[in-house]
Amino acid sequence: MNTLPWKDPARVAALEGAMARRILVIDGAMGTMLQQYRLDESGYRGERFRDGHDASHGHAHHGHACDLKGNNDLLSITQPDIVRAVHRAYLEAGADLIETNTFNSTTISQADYHLEHLVPELNREGARIARLECDAMTARTPDRLRFVLGVLGPTSRTASISPDVNNPGFRNVTFDELAASYREAAEALVEGGSDVIMVETIFDVLNAKAAIFALEEMFDERGWRVPVMISGTITDLSGRTLSGQTAEAFYTSVAHARPLAIGLNCALGATELRAYVDVLAEVADCAVSAHPNAGLPNAFGEYDESPEQMAATLRDFAAAGLLNLVGGCCGTTPAHIAAIAEAVAAFPPRSARARIADAA
Amino acid sequence: MSHARHTRLSGLEPLVITPETNFVNVGERCNVTGSAAFKKLIKEDRYEDAVEVARQQVANGAQVLDVNMDEGLIDAEAAMTRFLNLIAAEPDIARVPVMVDSSKWSVIEAGLKCLQGKGIVNSISLKEGEDAFLAQARKVRRYGAAVVVMAFDEQGQADTARRKVEICTRAYRLLVDRVGFPPEDIVFDPNIFAIATGIEEHDNYAVDFIEATRELRATLPHCHVSGGVSNVSFAFRGNNVVREAIHSVFLFHAIRAGMDMGIVNAGALPIYDDLDADLRERVEDVVLNRRRDATERLLAIADRYKARKGATAAEDDAWRALPVDKRLQHALIHGIDQHVEADTEEARQACTRPLDVIEGPLMAGMNVVGDLFGAGKMFLPQVVKSARVMKRAVAHLVPYIEEEKARSGDTAKNNGRIVLATVKGDVHDIGKNIVGVVLRCNNFEVIDLGVMVPAQRILDAARAENADMIGLSGLITPSLDEMQHIAKEMQRQGFTCPLLIGGATTSRAHTALKLEPHYKAPVAWVKDASRAVGVAQTLVSRDLAADYVSKMRAEYAEIRERHKDRGPGKRLVPLAQARAQRFRFDGAAYQPPQPAAPGITTFDDWPLADLVPYVDWTPFFQTWELAGRFPAILDDPLVGAQARELHRDAQAMLARIVAERWLTAKAVVGLWPAASVGDDVEVYAAEGDDRGNPVAVLNFLRQQADKPPGRPDFCLADFVAPKGSGVRDWIGAFAVTAGIGIDAHVARFEAAHDDYNAILLKALADRLAEALAEALHAKVRRDLWGYATDESLDNEALIDEKYRGIRPAPGYPACPEHSEKAKLFELLDAPRRAGVTLTESFAMLPTAAVSGYYFSHPESQYFVVGRVTREQVEDYARRKGWSLHEAERWLAPVLDYDPE
Repeated sequence: MNTLPWKDPARVAALEGAMARRILVIDGAMGTMLQQYRLDESGYRGERFRDGHDASHGHAHHGHACDLKGNNDLLSITQPDIVRAVHRAYLEAGADLIETNTFNSTTISQADYHLEHLVPELNREGARIARLECDAMTARTPDRLRFVLGVLGPTSRTASISPDVNNPGFRNVTFDELAASYREAAEALVEGGSDVIMVETIFDVLNAKAAIFALEEMFDERGWRVPVMISGTITDLSGRTLSGQTAEAFYTSVAHARPLAIGLNCALGATELRAYVDVLAEVADCAVSAHPNAGLPNAFGEYDESPEQMAATLRDFAAAGLLNLVGGCCGTTPAHIAAIAEAVAAFPPRSARARIADAA
Repeated sequence: MSHARHTRLSGLEPLVITPETNFVNVGERCNVTGSAAFKKLIKEDRYEDAVEVARQQVANGAQVLDVNMDEGLIDAEAAMTRFLNLIAAEPDIARVPVMVDSSKWSVIEAGLKCLQGKGIVNSISLKEGEDAFLAQARKVRRYGAAVVVMAFDEQGQADTARRKVEICTRAYRLLVDRVGFPPEDIVFDPNIFAIATGIEEHDNYAVDFIEATRELRATLPHCHVSGGVSNVSFAFRGNNVVREAIHSVFLFHAIRAGMDMGIVNAGALPIYDDLDADLRERVEDVVLNRRRDATERLLAIADRYKARKGATAAEDDAWRALPVDKRLQHALIHGIDQHVEADTEEARQACTRPLDVIEGPLMAGMNVVGDLFGAGKMFLPQVVKSARVMKRAVAHLVPYIEEEKARSGDTAKNNGRIVLATVKGDVHDIGKNIVGVVLRCNNFEVIDLGVMVPAQRILDAARAENADMIGLSGLITPSLDEMQHIAKEMQRQGFTCPLLIGGATTSRAHTALKLEPHYKAPVAWVKDASRAVGVAQTLVSRDLAADYVSKMRAEYAEIRERHKDRGPGKRLVPLAQARAQRFRFDGAAYQPPQPAAPGITTFDDWPLADLVPYVDWTPFFQTWELAGRFPAILDDPLVGAQARELHRDAQAMLARIVAERWLTAKAVVGLWPAASVGDDVEVYAAEGDDRGNPVAVLNFLRQQADKPPGRPDFCLADFVAPKGSGVRDWIGAFAVTAGIGIDAHVARFEAAHDDYNAILLKALADRLAEALAEALHAKVRRDLWGYATDESLDNEALIDEKYRGIRPAPGYPACPEHSEKAKLFELLDAPRRAGVTLTESFAMLPTAAVSGYYFSHPESQYFVVGRVTREQVEDYARRKGWSLHEAERWLAPVLDYDPE
């Protein structure tokens, strides 16, 4: 067989060991927490971008007249203390796994801010500060290791959906462009200390397949692997991804990545997500994760499911034996994560059990 | 235990290939090298029309879509990308996986970059050596696709069976051992070449393919075998009847050898058994290379099949002189369909709008039918015949109505819309189809999703169609569980439409206890088809619904109360006490018979004519909701006339089934040494009589009723001599079907809007399967086991079970747990030997099938296990290696306690 060794076999063994013992907890939303700091344009820019350009970059870049407010990933560089504080709050709430602040740190997404050149730095720093906080927490309570999930987001484009309704065959991004963009981000995520690469919030499974392709190429060239987790997004109650796949088809399409875990996040609250997590728990040969939103958005686009409500729903998931990993997405806070961690603590993790039909 | 290695593919939806998947159709028409029409569309840049070709392929049943753009004058990479991007935007096409077909690697890679699902690469080979092969295989894996490997190496394409096997085996080892390619994702194409070309070296090509297929499937675990079928008949271009006959015969033999995927034109495949006998024989000679002059003999008759015949006669009667409205009404009430198209056309021309024909004479006629049915003056078979007439009339009008609608925007109104489905894991649909027909007759729009429908598809369809109701059907007990799952999902997903429940294992109690509490909107149990209309009409009625629903809810609540207060009811005894009171096998007084033919006996083609005398007609009439025992029912004052007519129709069809060989009946019997160990039976290999190592352990359940001394608490294991008793006993098992070949005939009837004959055929096939079980059991008693060599009983005595020994079936009262069927099927190798497979819920396919055990003990008898205690469920779970939860799930219908 041609299976490559793990980059850090001891960390992977520790992670797998913990997953075998209990349901592990992933952190909650980054964006929701950052909003509470009410940063303005200058807050986002920090010292380095104060004068409208990248002070530490040799030559002038065009267009830094454009606003950087809202580019949350940039805060890993310009306001690292804030990002670290959010990570710390989730760790203190009981999270075992921290997602890096790199959701938009690909050249395709950063092109909106003309900051493509920052991509390696955003990922490396994003991973590094998450790792610093994880290691600090483990130093305080050495009985539990904490792990960094290096996040590869969906990018702002879709490889199998046309942005032009009148021209269904048109695409504004290619598989190769996506793969190159993901590759650049993934290299820096690993370099910065990520334990796992998590391809998440997958609207279009072809994007995810490009990410998997890039990761496999990277592993091959480096001669090692890091574990991969994959999390898709069922966009509404049709039970499909934005690009039209059912949950089972989604799993089938990415199973070749041999993921450590497959799961669903975002778009729906835990209640609505249940049917689709059921499907994954039924078909998947690997671990299953869920990090739903805090309910569905209300009339103001806010998420208002309380920590208690959300934790109660996810407790049912755990009781039904569906989960290996659980956390939160949009609208969740450390209070949510603390409630969820407590709610699932009593239940054993889903075992990759044989389906009943095979058991006879 | 890990998941079985099933091949999983996907488009927008998953396609899982299991050992039970008989054959995967790959649609062949989106191929510029194989279809001149498609090539023309691509060359002329008519991509929108090309997309329609894909749509038709999927609509006609293609489970995978082959796409090939290899043509000298086409930029194949660009065309592949453009076409795949276009079909990705069409959900009804993109739901199936794509097979990216090219001889150029760059084109394949371009295609893979467009697939969000898991497709198939067609193909790679060892043509350019191992390095290129391995590199391409690794890339395929990285893109997440399955792969077709051609039997092609550095020396060239393989033509003999030996070379095909040699190359494929080498490729398999490289893929599995060096690349880590999942073996279930490997599909071999051992090259289908043209036969009957006049060149002697080509004569054995089909045989070579078939033999290679057999060998590959037997020696390379989990792999599949595919091929481009139309190549084989290339010599007969221009004569489609002969070409299609060759495809059909070739596939018949290749599939039996293990070919389980193929690039075919699914819409143009005649049924092997339907082929003209003379043509079939000569084609078979060619395909199997059975005689030197085979090609000449086929050529000699080939021209005869260029044209086709048709036309049948019709009878006339006095009612033909009536005005057209009356004629339509008469035809509807009497179920006469000979003149319906002509009469409908005449009525249409007399009306201003085509819709007036439906709303006028046709609805008037159907109202009479509905009234008579409601009043018990018409019976189900007649209503189904009336529906056939209605369907044909409507089918005739639809094009005109569409035209009218396009002009005026006017639409017809109906009573309501219902989505019907037989639930996931279950395949039985006679009852569901009857309900569909009856509802359609009463002006409901019925969206029938078919059988084995997953929950989410039912709910998606209900939402997409804005259904007023959902109707679920199921026959086997695991379906009860699935229905509960669906009810829960409907609640979770915010449905509010009523849910109708029907099917043989469903019950008012199950609905009250297990379904209604989970779904807030009305859940109605529908006892039989004749109640379906009343329930549906009430539920959509603004005036009647509320009252009906509140009555129903009160009734269900009362059932739940009663259930709660039921207390111990009939007290059950502890398992140890029940076991102590078992039926005693007295080894001293009784010596079990030793079989004359131990091991497996297979009957490939049991003559249908021999089965007719064994048919038990009483259940046949029950299917049609005509109650009464045969033959007395024929003279019943109430339903006698209908029963006689139905019986006549059935006899006529039965005669054709036999004469024209519509169906094939197969059977397999196994007789093995066995010994009971507690409530289990150990089964040993038939050869060598090694009673040390069981080849299977059958787990049975025991009655736990509180019985007076002397009346045993039975368990089937009691009828087999205990291990260590020194008595050498045996157990038998069987699986039979009479349903092979049925699908094409059912499809033919359904295409002709003839539900009556479709249902009749299914009901008859079920009867023939039961008849075969009866005939086979007689043969076992007389010959194979041979313990009743002089038995001679007439059919009535057989039906009354006046013989020695029993044949209980898993899922029935003496052994109510369905999953045991899997062991039985494995022991018998039933999928291969009898052509019967199991669904995930252990329903048998074809549906016209019976399986069970044989016990020979003179005192063996049928009994009802009845309810079992948690103690026995725990014990059973231990014996099966299940968790308690799993055991409770499978034993749900017989639990004496609430598992929550």
